[in-house]
Amino acid sequence: MLYSDKVLEHFSNPRNVGELENPDGVGEVGNAKCGDIMKMYLKVEDGKISDVKFKTFGCGAAIATSSIATEMIKGKPIEDALKLTNSAVVDALDGLPASKIHCSVLAEQAIKAALSDYYTKQGVDPEPIVGKLEDTDHDHSSEE
Amino acid sequence: MKRFVYADNSATTKIDKQVLDVMLPWLQEGYGNPSSIYELGREAGFAIQEARAKVAAALGAAPQEIFFTSCGSESDNWALRGAMARLSKKGKKHIITTVFEHHAILHTVQDLERKGFTATYLPVGENGIVNPMDVKNAIREDTGIVSIMYANNEIGTIQPIAEIGAICKEAGVLFHTDAVQAVGNIPIDVKEQNIDLLSLSGHKIHAPKGVGALYVRKGVLLDTFITGGGQERGKRAGTENVASIVALGKAMELAASGIEEKAARLTPMRERLIDGILKIPATRLNGDREKRLPGNVNISIAGVEGESLLLMLDMHGICASSGSACTSGSLDPSHVLLSIGLSHEIAHGSLRLSLGDYNTEEDVDYILEVLPGIVQRLRAMSPLWERMQKNHETV
Repeated sequence: MLYSDKVLEHFSNPRNVGELENPDGVGEVGNAKCGDIMKMYLKVEDGKISDVKFKTFGCGAAIATSSIATEMIKGKPIEDALKLTNSAVVDALDGLPASKIHCSVLAEQAIKAALSDYYTKQGVDPEPIVGKLEDTDHDHSSEE
Repeated sequence: MKRFVYADNSATTKIDKQVLDVMLPWLQEGYGNPSSIYELGREAGFAIQEARAKVAAALGAAPQEIFFTSCGSESDNWALRGAMARLSKKGKKHIITTVFEHHAILHTVQDLERKGFTATYLPVGENGIVNPMDVKNAIREDTGIVSIMYANNEIGTIQPIAEIGAICKEAGVLFHTDAVQAVGNIPIDVKEQNIDLLSLSGHKIHAPKGVGALYVRKGVLLDTFITGGGQERGKRAGTENVASIVALGKAMELAASGIEEKAARLTPMRERLIDGILKIPATRLNGDREKRLPGNVNISIAGVEGESLLLMLDMHGICASSGSACTSGSLDPSHVLLSIGLSHEIAHGSLRLSLGDYNTEEDVDYILEVLPGIVQRLRAMSPLWERMQKNHETV
């Protein structure tokens, strides 16, 4: 697997690993059967992501994308976090091997799932703001 | 202190110095074409003859029963396609193999199925060993060939080859074995074990990549695999890879003479490695503990993913393998690990360490020193591990 130096750097020194106590939003995507689970914890203050932590079970790319995605949204307004795309994550890592692109999708989806949970806890319907969350399970038949 | 530990000898091996020394002259001054009439060519021809005799001697075969190929996969392809092309003319269109073969066999059998052949894929037990009675019961009127690996490449389990050979002989069906992982590790005698066809590869036994061989018992007919010139008795055309063939001959000679010594040296190292790793909570050994290759360790570590594990080991200078989906290039984890009943989650966290001639006790010490910390680090960031802990799940 030809990973960029940036991927390996984030993999070996992942930022924002762990959990948050009393998080304002938690999102979990992926599943163990496919070999990757990402869980994001958010704190929100004044419409900004004041803190973010993650836990990931998965390959090097899964850990690196989680790490850089948390870095990209920390301290940013919610609107910016919602706009974070998987391709922005890929670019920030100086690229990912083709078979690992789905890891960047997981990172984007994990953030959206956590924000969706945040709005739900606030008593706000998340769907008009966050959008409909995609099914992040792999479709084995179509990807093979 | 950081070391470099190559513990992936089932993937490939370093060329032996003695092997390199005998092959190099054939890349320089001995460059003649073995088919040429003059001395330069004749010398190369004699060198091939000598190598053929060495490979044959290591297997208990006759020199004319050895055909050189480019790799183990080619040998597997030739054995199955070449034999079935002949047998189908006699109405024999059925192949028996197992679910946990190397892909060189599995994908070839699947391709033959698409071309009108039928196949039975035998299951393997939880210990990773085929039951010979299953082979016996699967043989039909139209069965042409049984192909069962000698030793599994991932979990190292050694199959009851002599028993299966006897069953095939009695039933009058051909028996092929992919012995790529077994050669040099287990004593093989093709006559005693009733093996009709056997595949082997050079780079697993300290010869270079790009050379292999197929043993074909005298009287077994195979279609020509590569048409062209008359090389390999007209069965496999293409100017011979002289240097690599010479290397394979030397490597086979060394491997066959050193089998007992190698097993005696590696087995205790393997056992120490297994015991040491199993001290990490929520781990399990994959494959039979006794009937396994002397250098093979395959352990599942719950809550961690194999590729991450390999990357972290690499950062500590340790080369290893995993059966996780991410390392297999597909979305499913290793078919071998699934075949012995592992769940996807546990198969994703598998680690294969394969010790070889150049590994030392210090390498084992180092792996055992480094691995627990890596597992701890990955588990600390694993939501799967968190859940398993909460639910008191075990492996």
